[in-house]
Amino acid sequence: MKARVNVTLKPGVLDPQGAAVRHSLGSLGFAGVDKVRQGKVIELDLTENDPIKAKSQVEDMCEKLLANTVIENYSVEIL
Amino acid sequence: MRAAVIQFPGSNCDRDMAVALNRFTTKKDPVKMVWHKESGLPGNLDLIAIPGGFSFGDYLRCGAIAARSPIMNAVIEFANNGGYVLGVCNGFQVLTESGLLPGALMRNSNLKFICKNIQLKVETQSSNFTSCYSKNEIINTPIAHHDGNYNADKDTIKELKDHDRIAFSYVDNPNGSMGNIAGILSENRRVLGMMPHPERLNDQMLGGIDGNRLFQSIYETLVTS
Repeated sequence: MKARVNVTLKPGVLDPQGAAVRHSLGSLGFAGVDKVRQGKVIELDLTENDPIKAKSQVEDMCEKLLANTVIENYSVEIL
Repeated sequence: MRAAVIQFPGSNCDRDMAVALNRFTTKKDPVKMVWHKESGLPGNLDLIAIPGGFSFGDYLRCGAIAARSPIMNAVIEFANNGGYVLGVCNGFQVLTESGLLPGALMRNSNLKFICKNIQLKVETQSSNFTSCYSKNEIINTPIAHHDGNYNADKDTIKELKDHDRIAFSYVDNPNGSMGNIAGILSENRRVLGMMPHPERLNDQMLGGIDGNRLFQSIYETLVTS
């Protein structure tokens, strides 16, 4: 079973990388991009076959390592 | 003083830290170097230093993987029992990732790795790491980091300010840190995390000795206690 974790910065946390990407898009002529927030995607191959258990395991992984909940939010998709 | 330096794969200021600390240890009992895979610490330690570097290649987030190393359980227990812990640069990132200090260190606001000497203001003299400095004293210290932009929620910043837990601040903020914060203390004032490198400033040949007083402060505390 596969899981995908999306890690994003919490609203209100400054994202200098997102701001740099937005600036670069503007200089390439992509007008109308008000804001860019950059995050990360982590894909996991799991041996667990039960989607509910798998989701609970991955959420535990997010709390303990994959996300820093001081500054980041996460969401888990079971694929 | 009995001290240990924790080494992770990618630590690169570990030996500088040991040299700085060994000015205040005895030949019979020099600094112990402790590999991250150890599960226990040497006995009777006064101070643990977590050095700068790029532990685990800064993968995932700076300090995140090091903070979950086997040795960190022992370091957290040591700190919770009132032991002194100093984290410099990557060591500061490890301390925030392990929960021993609040907040997080994010990418510098200009997105650049900054390596230069900067002016640092001593914000408090009332800690066992800063007692040999004067409050508001300005010292010159090297910084060398890509992720030193201190970030925390409003309540945490207020708590740090209200309880005199900001140890050092930048005179001219190089990295976007909230409140110009360069170093903070734990609630019991025995854990210090800071981005600048005091261990690189302990010999006139290296450009100054201002960093030495940090180690001297902790040494004098231990000798007189």
